[in-house]
Amino acid sequence: MSALQLSGIGHAYLGRTVLDHIDLTVGAGEIVALVGPSGCGKSTLVHVAAGIVQPLRGRVSATYVRHGMVFQEPRLMPWATARDNIAYPLRLAGVSRKERRARAEDAAARSSLDVEDLDKFPIELSGGMRQRVAIARALANRPDFVYFDEPFTALDVALKRRMQDLVISAARDERFGALFVTHDLFEAVRIAHRIAVMERRGQGIAGERVIDGVPGAREDRQIFEIVMRYLGEDSLFHHVNDIDERRLP
Amino acid sequence: MTRAAAIVSKRLGRTGRFLWSSWSGLAAIFLFCVIWQIGHEAYGAFILPSPIAAIAAVLQLATQEANWQTALVTSRRALEGFALAALVGISAGIIAGYSAASIRLARPLVTLILGVPPIAWIVLAMIWFGSTDGMVVTTVAIAATPAAFIGAAEGIMTRDRGLDDMARAFGAGPWRRFSTLAVRHVAAYVFPALVLTLGTAFKVAVMAEVLSNSGGIGGGLARARSNLDVSEAMAWVLISVVALIAAEYGFVRPLHSELERWREAARPWGVRR
Ligand SMILES: Nc1ncnc2c1ncn2[C@@H]1O[C@H](COP(=O)(O)OP(=O)(O)O)[C@@H](O)[C@H]1O
Ligand SMILES: [Mg+2]
Repeated sequence: MSALQLSGIGHAYLGRTVLDHIDLTVGAGEIVALVGPSGCGKSTLVHVAAGIVQPLRGRVSATYVRHGMVFQEPRLMPWATARDNIAYPLRLAGVSRKERRARAEDAAARSSLDVEDLDKFPIELSGGMRQRVAIARALANRPDFVYFDEPFTALDVALKRRMQDLVISAARDERFGALFVTHDLFEAVRIAHRIAVMERRGQGIAGERVIDGVPGAREDRQIFEIVMRYLGEDSLFHHVNDIDERRLP
Repeated sequence: MTRAAAIVSKRLGRTGRFLWSSWSGLAAIFLFCVIWQIGHEAYGAFILPSPIAAIAAVLQLATQEANWQTALVTSRRALEGFALAALVGISAGIIAGYSAASIRLARPLVTLILGVPPIAWIVLAMIWFGSTDGMVVTTVAIAATPAAFIGAAEGIMTRDRGLDDMARAFGAGPWRRFSTLAVRHVAAYVFPALVLTLGTAFKVAVMAEVLSNSGGIGGGLARARSNLDVSEAMAWVLISVVALIAAEYGFVRPLHSELERWREAARPWGVRR
């Protein structure tokens, strides 16, 4: 059963077409990584799927109950404490103040945030902590689907790994599906069940590959080999190459 | 329990800092008095009575119940005009901020209204309303509205679109985005504007009263002038300043600092004020 189905999506900004003929399906509990070079329209597609942007053409059919979202920047309200930021989706959903508190703390614990940090304002937290708060916020309302739009691009390598592990274990424990945008093939291979590659100028999905193994169970060596195989032998990944070359170890 | 204690101690800390910062305010007032005294000694008591004489005159005025009423009349007019200006200015500013077309239309209009000196409004309002209470309040409202309008419009226009998209992603409709995000952002812009507006309100109220002889502090000033009583005139000036400061520090500032608590958190230890 599919959780999200995008059919024939097309969009233009000020008359300039940035997306066209996009067909993509994500199954329930499945994590699909969406890769493609910078500026090809990945963010636009995720915004369309999440209902932030109304597409010009095509249809979004979501059968999941509710979604959460993590952006590239934390996008926290500067005037609210970490706790209130995490509870924001609950507030929108009309959850009572007392229950919000408890559920925000629960979500914070699942994102490995310390309780004493919850009363701090975003400005008092480090970049990594802020992104943890953003993840906790996305998970606060127990979504069964989560959109990630290059969430860890701004973080350093060690932090990035820990965040990826966090997403992998959260997805497994809470059984949410996800559309995970990244332009880092290593990240895509670590986190996802399947990779979709976007055409260079947003003209459709160029192709898809199911990744061997299960997220969280793949070893570093295996991940490295898969990425090398994609980059070396698979023509589908030729144009993401320009971007990812710099990221090779 | 400990949480409540922490909140109380934080709040006490903030009050303490506020009191500490009022020390520097006090120092500035004393410096001002020194310059005043020098001026007094240079020009004599008729042109510039000494600060002590002016304060004595204030205390003299304060002994009479009727003078309290006079000061209250002006404060009430200023605050009514201020409230009207805030209400009209902020709501119009919010509407204008959301629509690019109306802000383009409103900007020259605001420039026009700001370009008319308050004194001209006073004359016009005197013609329209006569020397009444409503005339003073209207003048105050007209003079004070543009600042509130501009503050609110700027606030809406500069709101964080990223936060808006975030809220949309979590299912917030236009009203929820406004009430949970835009309002907070607008407040940061509107409060400095309101402080300015409040000052304008008191000044214009006194000016309108002087010109139209419609009682209040301005009426007292006009009377002092016709009696050539300089220390009483000084005393009325002091009283109007005190009324403004009371309104600003008793009402607008505390609300503002409560809303801007998070900025306080950004300050490194040791350089607070
Ligand atoms: N709000 C917008 N207005 C106009 N053009 C936009 C807007 N957002 C994105 N674009 C353009 O659309 C294209 C795709 O952008 P985006 O979806 O952000 O790509 P990606 O996330 O893959 O880097 C880019 O060329 C970008 O300049
Ligand atoms: Mg992007």
